[in-house]
Amino acid sequence: MHAQSGAAPWVDSPLLRVRGLTARYVCADQTEPALAEVDFDIARGEIVGILGESGSGKSTLALSILGLLPTNARIEGSILFQNQAHKPEDLLRLDEPQWREIRGAEISMIFQEPRLSLSPVMRVGEQIAEVMRAHGDGTPKKQDVEAILRRVRLADSGRVSSAYPYQLSGGELHRIAIAQALACGPDLVIADEPTRSLDVTVQGEILNVLREVNRESGSALIFITHNPALLVGFADRVMVMYAGRIVEEGPVAQVFRRPLHPYTKALLQLVPQRSEPSDPVQQRLPVISGSLSDSDRPAGGCAFEPRCPARTNFCRSELPSTIKLEGGRRVSCFNYGN
Amino acid sequence: MGIETAVQHAIKPALVKTSGLSKKYSQGSPFSRKKFAVDALVDVNFEIASGCLTALVGESGSGKSTLAACLAMLEKPDAGEVWFGGEEISGRSDRELAPLRPKIQMVFQDSAEALNPRFSAAEIIEEPLAIQRCRTTKQLRTRACELMEEVGLSADWADRRPLQFSGGQRQRLAIARAIALKPSFVILDESLSGLDLSTQAQILNLLLDLQTAHGLTYLLISHDFSLVGQVADFVAVMHKGRIVEYGARQPLIGNPQHDQTRRLLDSVRVMDRSFQAAQGGRQQ
Amino acid sequence: MKYLQRRLAHSIVLLISASVFCFLLSDLAPGSFFDEMKLNPQISPGTVAALRSEYGLDQALPVRYGLWVKSVLRGEWGYSFAYNFPVRSLLIIRARNTLLLTSLAMLLAWLTALPLGVWIASRPGRWDDRLSMAGTSLLLAVPELVLALGLLYVVIRTRALPAGGMVSVRFEGLSLWAKICDLSAHLVVPLTVLVLASLPILVRHVRASMTEVLQAPFIQAACGHGIGQARLLFRYALPAAANPLISLLGLSVAGLMSGSLLVEVITGWPGLGPLLLEASMSRDLYVVVGVVMASTVFMILGSLLADVMLVIFDPRVRAD
Repeated sequence: MHAQSGAAPWVDSPLLRVRGLTARYVCADQTEPALAEVDFDIARGEIVGILGESGSGKSTLALSILGLLPTNARIEGSILFQNQAHKPEDLLRLDEPQWREIRGAEISMIFQEPRLSLSPVMRVGEQIAEVMRAHGDGTPKKQDVEAILRRVRLADSGRVSSAYPYQLSGGELHRIAIAQALACGPDLVIADEPTRSLDVTVQGEILNVLREVNRESGSALIFITHNPALLVGFADRVMVMYAGRIVEEGPVAQVFRRPLHPYTKALLQLVPQRSEPSDPVQQRLPVISGSLSDSDRPAGGCAFEPRCPARTNFCRSELPSTIKLEGGRRVSCFNYGN
Repeated sequence: MGIETAVQHAIKPALVKTSGLSKKYSQGSPFSRKKFAVDALVDVNFEIASGCLTALVGESGSGKSTLAACLAMLEKPDAGEVWFGGEEISGRSDRELAPLRPKIQMVFQDSAEALNPRFSAAEIIEEPLAIQRCRTTKQLRTRACELMEEVGLSADWADRRPLQFSGGQRQRLAIARAIALKPSFVILDESLSGLDLSTQAQILNLLLDLQTAHGLTYLLISHDFSLVGQVADFVAVMHKGRIVEYGARQPLIGNPQHDQTRRLLDSVRVMDRSFQAAQGGRQQ
Repeated sequence: MKYLQRRLAHSIVLLISASVFCFLLSDLAPGSFFDEMKLNPQISPGTVAALRSEYGLDQALPVRYGLWVKSVLRGEWGYSFAYNFPVRSLLIIRARNTLLLTSLAMLLAWLTALPLGVWIASRPGRWDDRLSMAGTSLLLAVPELVLALGLLYVVIRTRALPAGGMVSVRFEGLSLWAKICDLSAHLVVPLTVLVLASLPILVRHVRASMTEVLQAPFIQAACGHGIGQARLLFRYALPAAANPLISLLGLSVAGLMSGSLLVEVITGWPGLGPLLLEASMSRDLYVVVGVVMASTVFMILGSLLADVMLVIFDPRVRAD
């Protein structure tokens, strides 16, 4: 839905407002924390990148916005969403029938690995039609489905529409996943690592499709990835997540030019950039020592502390609060900028 | 790295050579008369230099995995030959190949699928040793723990199941299994895809350390050129079943001959340059 | 088409081998049809020998086999000593009765098991799941024989239903509607036993197959697109879970001729079961061979059906 100009009050308030989102998984007698006090806003039509490794909580965040967390998850906080009737709803208080109206129609998700997220025994066109049928009246016509396939720049939409997933290439399947997410014109699209297994040329094409679609439809896009290079020239803002918290946030250009949090700095250094002939063969790559999963989380302190090159004495015992800076930037570190 | 190293590489002996390798797969329904053949490999000729890291890049469907399977003697090519250590191996029977198998090992992409979920970590590493009847049970366990430590996994986790490990740790386990038999040639088929940037870097460092320690020869297969281009001594580019370009890294990157290589390098450079621009210049 | 031709050729070879095997085994079994007569002092050995030669029982095995094949090609399918009739007419009537019983049982069992299994798979760990697992275990543990006898006992005690047979004595004189009611009343006991015997396996397989598919990422993705529960189960999950179930269906069809032997004998249903039993006991050789061949034909049909259905319903099989 396009944002309308004028004095309409809902236009200025954020499309999605998350406050104090905390989630944990309970299995047998253990509790595993996944998200801790996550706060952020998403405005209409903007592209926001969420940057983080596996274990940072980015998938949990995506699933909680769509209410798809498993039954052993415990969530607290609030997720306020401006639905298409222009009323704010707290997504955490919805029941299943209400969720079914929102998923796919107002908020939708492009899942990782379309070879796995599409049914192997149904034709691709039918799978898109099913989403449309679930949210519209009656069975959509073949032309409607093909029109959606053309929106994601799929050539030969007739052949693709009647094909099974195993007959299509990786690039085509990724576009279909995007088409499925857009079929009913949602206001918010969440893309969970949508280019993971693609090679670099196809990756660029998919990013272009996402960018065009965002411009044409005006829907906001949350783009989750572990590779900062994908966000350049694509996302407006970036939120860096570590161990379930947002540790830094700001406009992409500024965060990449001058990263404030030690983790963001270290992450940016990991991006491979050795394609010029003058670059030597690496004998050793830069790494962030240790890993998220086997570092013991210090009780009460900053989770990055064991791996942080800029740590100080009190980082282990005290949690840094969020510091707001100019230009829409935020960072959670006692030693930011060093 | 200068001319001398390139010359050194040029005169290194080839551990693995292929000549005219071809393989077709046919697809079609049992009911229909038409079967269309897919050319997975078409006349592949190339060499893998001993002790070096050769990267094999190409889009998905270009035949990289088929080539890997033929090199690892898991599939028989329809035509052509494969030489290993000077001996021709593609025409041999399974019995003749058996003593060679420990020398060529493979690490796959999806460790969750490649490792038996019912075995413990130690059992996974012990299995190839046991099959080759290397040692007694106690020695097997000790050796398995040694290997785990060597790849950066704690020996305390020897009894954990693969699914209890993270993706990066599972790949380390797969690498431990691969080096258990002291191979000379290790094929890594998309082993780094699906891992985070930091895990990829750590695993690559591990691989480089192991290469130096054990004198291994690697064939690193990936669709991600920017990743493997950092560490490769030689690069081979595959497209639609053929090797369209092959050479030492520096000359290939500096002066790509084939369109496909140029396309690949251009896309990578576009991303690199925009990232560097966003960072406000090159970071060293 | 090449595939079907190959399967047809396989099937013919199978049929021929089955018939040879059956012949051999029946011959190996001690005794022959006229042995009882031998015991009767009033019949002279000469008469017995003459009868044997008349029925060709003194010929060598291959010759008898050849004669039988000729008889099959003539449409008689051998000759029954006991009934003094070509096997064919006997077989057709009894087979019809058996098919009536077993195909109804198969239909009912599948129509119950599918929705039940799908429903249970969608609610793992809840009370209905546990109840059904316990119930199916119980049914699996109880032998068909005990089920049949138990049901017969209840029916006889309560006189609610006829206790055996296919139709009442006065069947011929009834109106069409009354005929249907009578037949149905007689069907209840054998049908119930057959359905109860096959239901647990079907339910468990459907449940297992569905449970595995419901874990797949594409189900979560479809849920994330807002697809409703019923559609998710029947339009997304069930087709993906169908492969093992199609094989099971093939097995069900394969057993249409042979699965009800015990039940028919106990409830007196005039199908192939009692016929086979009788013929085996009295060494009515060609009847035995005829019944076995009828069973074999259905086995072949069942497996062929399963393979064809797999190709039709699973696009991935076509890709291999």
